Amino acid sequence: MTPIAKHRFAMYWASSCGGCDISVINLGEAILDFAEHFDIVFWPALMDAKYADVEAMDDGSIDLTLFSGSIRTTENVRLARLLRQKSAVLVAFGSCATEGCIPGLANLTATDDLIATAFEGPSTDNPEHIRPKPNWASNGFELELPALLPIVNTLDQVVEVDYRVPGCPPETERIAEVVALVGAALDGKATLPPRGSVLGAGHSTVCDECRRERNVKRLERFSRIQALPPLQPDLCLLEQGLPCNGPATRDGCGAKCPSAGAPCIGCYGAADGVTDYGARLLSAFASVVDANEADDIDRILDGLPDPVGQFYRFSLAGSLLRAARTPRQQAALAGVAREVAQ
Amino acid sequence: MTTRLTIDPITRLEGHGKIEIFLDANGDVDRTYFQIPELRGFEAFCVGRPVEEMPSLTSRICGVCPEAHHLAAAKAADAVYGVTPPRPALMLRELMYDAFYVTDHTTHFYALSGPDVILGPDAPVAERNILGVIHKVGGELGGRVIDTRRAGHRVIEIIGGRRVHPCTAVPGGMTKSLSVAERDEIAQIATQMLDFASLSLEIFDQIVTGNPATRDLVLSDLFRHETYYAGLVDESGKVAFLDGRINVVAPDGEALGTYAPAEYRDWIAEHVEPWTYLKFPYLKQIGWKGFVDGKDSGVYCVGPLGRLNAATGMATPRAHEAYERYFATLSSIVDGRRQPVHLRGASHWARLIEMLYAAERMIELVNDEEITSTDVRAVPTATPTEGVGTVEAPRGTLTHHYWTDDRGIVTRVNLIVGTTNNYAPITMSIDRAARGLIHHGVVVDNGLLDRIEMAFRAYDPCFGCATHSLPGQMPLEVTLRGSDGATIDVIRRD
Repeated sequence: MTPIAKHRFAMYWASSCGGCDISVINLGEAILDFAEHFDIVFWPALMDAKYADVEAMDDGSIDLTLFSGSIRTTENVRLARLLRQKSAVLVAFGSCATEGCIPGLANLTATDDLIATAFEGPSTDNPEHIRPKPNWASNGFELELPALLPIVNTLDQVVEVDYRVPGCPPETERIAEVVALVGAALDGKATLPPRGSVLGAGHSTVCDECRRERNVKRLERFSRIQALPPLQPDLCLLEQGLPCNGPATRDGCGAKCPSAGAPCIGCYGAADGVTDYGARLLSAFASVVDANEADDIDRILDGLPDPVGQFYRFSLAGSLLRAARTPRQQAALAGVAREVAQ
Repeated sequence: MTTRLTIDPITRLEGHGKIEIFLDANGDVDRTYFQIPELRGFEAFCVGRPVEEMPSLTSRICGVCPEAHHLAAAKAADAVYGVTPPRPALMLRELMYDAFYVTDHTTHFYALSGPDVILGPDAPVAERNILGVIHKVGGELGGRVIDTRRAGHRVIEIIGGRRVHPCTAVPGGMTKSLSVAERDEIAQIATQMLDFASLSLEIFDQIVTGNPATRDLVLSDLFRHETYYAGLVDESGKVAFLDGRINVVAPDGEALGTYAPAEYRDWIAEHVEPWTYLKFPYLKQIGWKGFVDGKDSGVYCVGPLGRLNAATGMATPRAHEAYERYFATLSSIVDGRRQPVHLRGASHWARLIEMLYAAERMIELVNDEEITSTDVRAVPTATPTEGVGTVEAPRGTLTHHYWTDDRGIVTRVNLIVGTTNNYAPITMSIDRAARGLIHHGVVVDNGLLDRIEMAFRAYDPCFGCATHSLPGQMPLEVTLRGSDGATIDVIRRD
């Protein structure tokens, strides 16, 4: 039997925490099977290949690239474009790449203010109000730092993306399925879904895979967990008053957080057919609250003290809003559109 | 002629970074810069969020050590409400954290630094990875490395709800208790981990201390710095990961003092430079004197090396025995004071002693009857205000400080993260390695890049964490530049 030629695999982290890489590494022994079918040609977390090695590759010669992290710096833009050019299949991998994730909440704040907060912090010794400079020269030495873009961007706001794998991070079992599917497709033994599809997740919501019991009940208030006595172990968390994002969030994670007594915070993003995650969740919450009068509505909303965090915790950068509606952030949004277009 | 040397990318590390080395007109090292190229801004965008969400939000600072941020945040949130979690909740947090320590130290020792420590600096580049390590130590051990990591993540999933980015620590305790069946599963894992940790120390003995070439490298003066050291200690002065006071010792072993986490601003300040997005913490009462060693410089070191130097021992018997042997081998008594271990390469040894302690402590915890109690969350009654939470992340002392309004909505955040504490010492180690290896414009050792990267890896730096800021890749580029600033050469390892 002729051995099948190995496929070429790359993984990259742009602006990310590294959790996506850890979730892939958690494949454990399965990663050895993986190594039977794929040659790892670029993966900075694990091996010593350099950018120059990627630049030297033929266009489209990497069969599968998992790209994690959002696009926060000029450097991230450069690598996104390079890997798009070199990859046959480019996957936006994990919440940062697909929808901006929690660090996308930075789009509520102007970049100058992010830097000022860090460099004027309560334990910072900075009487001269120094800021990091993209080009700094002293004594004849010049140093460059990548510039921060005005806002956090998702991968598909910068380059075309073939597939999206949601999750913060994607669960290891789902990753194994995705890699097996792409491997089989490359061997001609399976067909990939249409380009643009979500891989490694379900098509419904977290509620559909949550084991907690639901009785359609009207809510009189939302509560915060530290205000509640011990919760009932088997009853829907939303019905117990906790704002749980299960009704709007895509399934595939196994409903792990609700199973551990913590509300779903929405890391798998919007379910099939939903354009805007926050709008969908708002509508799901509205359908269970028991309010007819304006006062009732105000009282119930008091239980949700951070609406933007609640409704766009993971998805702000990829949402219709993208950034705060302040004049500075809207100007930043326009600025980044020009920069990315270049 | 001034020359500039750049390394790109630094690999087998967590986070981004770049090194620039400038040579003077004689071709000797003039100045080394280690730059961190990004900022994500957690301290700004966490403002406005409910404080009970901070354990989940800040865990996204780092996917390598989310448990550390999750628990530092939970402790800060406990403090904001002035609430003490019930004892079973504190034990569950500790049990998860010990399992995390075994897992994380395993990853670092075998996968990240293993090629340096186990294979040594002269191994062929093609073998310098985890597969080369497995080849050297045997496939069976390779399987145990994978098993240990899997088992560790299983414990984290049982207690924390998920394997990466746990979700169960909240102000006042935990959202989930431990069933008897889960306790039994963890008890079995803890026993395996204890065996594995003992074996790892034996391997260190055989391969490192038994091999003069590797021993010289790991314990080389090239990587020696006389700095202050800091770490959490319990009430009897032993190494602590989750709770205690921070002890600080001077380079000559003299006690500088000890402080409660909430007093951190009396002890630590952060220096700023314009060429990097990361700050340089230093001891306030000594002052920032630049990137220099010695008792007059406020530079201090954290992580395994710092923790062992700042403590008087380990709180479990076998780990304490290993601790005593470590100091008997590497330290001496001068003027009646035990001298700190200044060799950065000793961090690898210290890390394995901590792994043994964490495994022993897991066994103590699973054997405590209260571990399966369902009393795991206290409901706070005080008005929320301000709180500090400090833990020892594997890479060093991690502090979260929150201020809230009277509804518990965050109004201000300050973070000093494990690796950040070590930013100045890491920069100094790189500089030292470069000065030792570059003379008159000639690189005296072909392994320059490897040796500079080893200077790094001993600290197990995680710059994703450090800047609450960084994306992942750790590009290390060494560019040689002339005194006119022009690039003469870029050194890459192929």
